[in-house]
Amino acid sequence: MSVTKLLEKWSGQVTEITIGATSADGGTRSKAIKLGGETTMPFMLQEGAMPNKPVIAMEVLDTEPTWWPDTLKEPFSDALKDPAAWAKKCQDEYKADLICLKLWGAHPENKNISVDDTIKTIKAVKEAVGLPIMIWGSGNSEKDNQLFPACSQALAGEKALLGTAIQDNYKTLAATCLADGHNIIAESPLDINICKQLNILLSDMDMPPDRITIFPSTGAIGYGFEYAYSIMERTRLAALGGDKTMAYPMVAVISSEVWKTKEAKASTEEMPHWGPQKERGIAWEAATAVSFLLTGANLLIMYHPKSVALTRKYIDQLMKTS
Amino acid sequence: MLIIGERINGMFKNVRKAIKTKDKSIIHEVAKKQVAAGSRMLDVNVGPAAADDVAAMQWLVETIQEVTDVPLSIDSAKPPVLEAGLKLCKKKALINSTTGEQAKLEVLVKLAKDHNAALLGLCMDEKGIPNSVPARVEIGMKILATAMEAGIPTDDVHLDPVVLPVKFGQDQIKPMLETIKELKILSDPAPKTVCGLSNSSQGCVDRHLVNRICLVMSQAAGLDEAIADPNDKELMDAMITAELLLNKFIYCDSYLDAYRKAL
Repeated sequence: MSVTKLLEKWSGQVTEITIGATSADGGTRSKAIKLGGETTMPFMLQEGAMPNKPVIAMEVLDTEPTWWPDTLKEPFSDALKDPAAWAKKCQDEYKADLICLKLWGAHPENKNISVDDTIKTIKAVKEAVGLPIMIWGSGNSEKDNQLFPACSQALAGEKALLGTAIQDNYKTLAATCLADGHNIIAESPLDINICKQLNILLSDMDMPPDRITIFPSTGAIGYGFEYAYSIMERTRLAALGGDKTMAYPMVAVISSEVWKTKEAKASTEEMPHWGPQKERGIAWEAATAVSFLLTGANLLIMYHPKSVALTRKYIDQLMKTS
Repeated sequence: MLIIGERINGMFKNVRKAIKTKDKSIIHEVAKKQVAAGSRMLDVNVGPAAADDVAAMQWLVETIQEVTDVPLSIDSAKPPVLEAGLKLCKKKALINSTTGEQAKLEVLVKLAKDHNAALLGLCMDEKGIPNSVPARVEIGMKILATAMEAGIPTDDVHLDPVVLPVKFGQDQIKPMLETIKELKILSDPAPKTVCGLSNSSQGCVDRHLVNRICLVMSQAAGLDEAIADPNDKELMDAMITAELLLNKFIYCDSYLDAYRKAL
């Protein structure tokens, strides 16, 4: 007797967005990246299509991360002092899909790097790499509102991905992205209702749906991961169920979330029963990344080249064997 | 929830006049307005007064499809009128309607099969509308079973528990609500449930209020679709809010706006 497989049928589709513009589209990037477009839950390729595989952005900071554990510094060595060299290494050696430049040092409570100096860094990174670029703001609304218009202009025509817009501070960034043709990251604080509300607010500003991504806030395994996972799963189920206001590609921050955990940072001497630190941090980052893939993340932001390689291998296997 | 726009009906003066004078602009406007207000299917009924109802149906279907591509519910008691409309539909249509009367049911099931259309079945037969819930459900089951035997998928069968005006049959609303619940458990996947909402308020002074509350109560009982006036904004707001309370979509502060945008 043959058994019929019970397959889920979905009516909705995740919006497809493009990051990066090549010369054909008026930019200078060597390639463009597409996100989204799914008509199924992640990797359920018998139930629907997943036209674009998830991508990995490698994160570069505008400041040398002196606080990083040595195991994380080691693959980048001196490049950590120079964001452009760091980005180039991520592109040439570690095969990142795109570069995420995080303006950590621009935050007034960190290094308070000026707008002018930030623009110099952005231009240097843009010259150094051909990959599509993401810019992640300082997280200080006042400073970000000064930074975003300048960053956006420095990348005009490149179809970058800029973030983040939050419910209390989205207008400047949205207007800027609209003016210069960029994509936007809409951030909500682990709150699906605010996530949806912000998407509506952005669409009220005439932000086209194919230029919005969702960052629902993410945490490492052991540090709030489950909350993010269930919110992202509900978001994706709503999208596939036909709710167009939730049907945007999702961004997951793995990098800093994992590498601030004790499990990634503690030395082997400190925690001998946890196994060698050199492998532990990489495993923690890769496991967190893979877990987010399973709830529908489209773009992962990561640090360590070895976790990036492990995660990419996993993506390729799932895209092939499902 | 699917709101099937009820405004293209020869019972309305403007539509009757449009059919008579072949004034397409009136039909275009009524169609566009209903779609803009959130209807994702439009009911088409030539009304009782059309001189040549087959020709009137053909003209209406063609005229509506000039301005919108939402599917149509072809509404007539006469199979030749239904067939004339179905032949011209570009999207999968809904036949509105059959009853449980054997001879009629056989003809309309065949029509649905021949034209790959969905079928709306009223839970009544040649003896009229039964008072009891089990008798209505029995007719619903008969319609469903006949459609299934002909190879029509169960979710292409839309069963109507039959809404009577509260003013003339006040004791009929409760059994109608009970019938909706029972119809939803007849098969898996379940048949769709639908009703002609505005019937509930026939003859009432505050028709909008009666329609609105009847819709919300029916939604709570499991109603999937209603043939109603989408231009009644308060009705649509109530429908959306009921969908929210039934956990059909994710809340946000602008949920009314969000629901309409997501349509």
